[in-house]
Amino acid sequence: MIVEVNTARFDSITLDNGATVAPVEVAYETYGALNPARSNAILILHAWTGDAHAAGISHETAKPGWWDNMIGPGKAFDTNKYFVICSNVLSGCNGTTGPSSVDPATGCPYAMTFPVTTIGDMVRLQRMLIDSMGIERLLAVAGGSMGGMQALEWAVDYPERVVCCLPIATTWRHSAQQIAFNEVGRQAIMADPDWNGGNYYGKQPPARGLAVARMVGHITFMSDDSMREKFGRRLRGKDAFGFDFEVDFEVESYLRYRGNQFVSRFDANSYLYTTKAMDYFDLAAGRGSLAAAFEKCTARFLVISFSSDWLYPSYQSREIVSALRGMNHDVAYVDLESNYGHDSFLVDVAEQSQLVSGFLASTFEKVR
Amino acid sequence: MSDAPPRKQGFVRELLGRRDYAIISEIIDPGAKVLDLGCGDGELLQWLAENKNVQARGVEISGEKVRRAIARGVSAYQGDIDQGLADYPELAFDYVILSQTLQETRHPRKVLSEMLRVGRRAIVAFPNFGHWRMRLSMLASGRAPRTKLFPHQWYDSPNIHFLTVHDFEDLAAAEGLVVERRYFLAGRRRLTLLPNLTAEVAVFLVRKP
Repeated sequence: MIVEVNTARFDSITLDNGATVAPVEVAYETYGALNPARSNAILILHAWTGDAHAAGISHETAKPGWWDNMIGPGKAFDTNKYFVICSNVLSGCNGTTGPSSVDPATGCPYAMTFPVTTIGDMVRLQRMLIDSMGIERLLAVAGGSMGGMQALEWAVDYPERVVCCLPIATTWRHSAQQIAFNEVGRQAIMADPDWNGGNYYGKQPPARGLAVARMVGHITFMSDDSMREKFGRRLRGKDAFGFDFEVDFEVESYLRYRGNQFVSRFDANSYLYTTKAMDYFDLAAGRGSLAAAFEKCTARFLVISFSSDWLYPSYQSREIVSALRGMNHDVAYVDLESNYGHDSFLVDVAEQSQLVSGFLASTFEKVR
Repeated sequence: MSDAPPRKQGFVRELLGRRDYAIISEIIDPGAKVLDLGCGDGELLQWLAENKNVQARGVEISGEKVRRAIARGVSAYQGDIDQGLADYPELAFDYVILSQTLQETRHPRKVLSEMLRVGRRAIVAFPNFGHWRMRLSMLASGRAPRTKLFPHQWYDSPNIHFLTVHDFEDLAAAEGLVVERRYFLAGRRRLTLLPNLTAEVAVFLVRKP
């Protein structure tokens, strides 16, 4: 399945903080075909540093999508049955307007003049995209991590437009620990002299800071078990310690590699903005309580957490489920056994696929 | 749903290989909201959803069974029955089913009271510890009884609260519950005579007065 990225353009979007971004562009991909009743559309929401390329092989880069093991013909999100859409988030850096985009008012990149955006803003832009496609109701909104936050926001903000919602490995609000890790990442970027107050476009970007931020991220995505399994205390290309501060251990080598690789594909300012959006995320804020937030929801929910995920621990998913049950909503929940930590939803997908596939099929049966 | 007792329906012999399921399926009105505690892999709920158009929800402790339930389209929740009902508002369901699980719960009395807080009616099916084979087994062997209904050794039995037909009637009376219907089963037969001695499985439909 060779896929191409599309771009939709809108005159403006007004954000939660009152600011307006004009114009605004959104990059998206689609897989499968919309049925005549327009009842088979599924919106996939990407995580933190993901992009619109969720499935298939990219025409531009020849790389598979980030959830290609879940989306495609005969897969959990079966593109023979469903029309699947994935778009890059607002404030991202992979085709959707963000801090690295050019501000038409100045002719220069927005950098830190880009307004601080929220998960709600990301969802509002997605709604504009869905509107432009003439889709009234989404069969499903689904995503892991930050994608799960967007899925929840969809079900709460546009209850009449979501038939079912699949928040995976996620939370209804960022905890102190989650904010803390994000702050470490932000400080690493901002402490890099090359960051230069965010004005590094056309110059040397804050590569060291962004790489360190990503290294911290990668540690939180894995589990103690998965790191032991993958690296243990193995040395990298040597039989004895070097007694210096070059790479000794495999795990150091891996983190440096992933950090450096990340710099070439992600914008440091987008990193700051997307972490802020997650830190601001609290579904109960301004709505009284989590239960009150869910009051108008009509969606059916499938909530999935993973036993070894310590970044978004299972208790946060159970709180979502508890509030949904308290409102007597239709919710299915399971905590899947996996050793891969937060990354489980991306890499350990056999059981997740069965759940998603059965849940979607039974939901689609009712709306068809 | 009105509070009128369910109307009588024709009796089918068994459903999905289980006679208590057949009885439960007859008790439940079409379109009802149903919660099955200890729903296993959701077989009964799926049948009820497809054939009686019920709104089905399940609670099950085993992650593997919950997975199978969700994969077949049943909204199951992985959790503990003993504490798993607290989230639900009052009278969220028309029926709350507890099939062959009461004897496995840590606090059966609390479970029953919770069932009738969140549901208008409770359907409780349990293996009858008063069956004559149990009595005979214990009398003859002098050991914790083992029969085909209770096949486990005492140390690995999931059953931690043994009860008989009389015991359940006593509990219902003590809690001031109305027993709307009762069914007694032995093998493929339905019984009425001396159920405490002859029934292998009892099914009670109870509600608050």
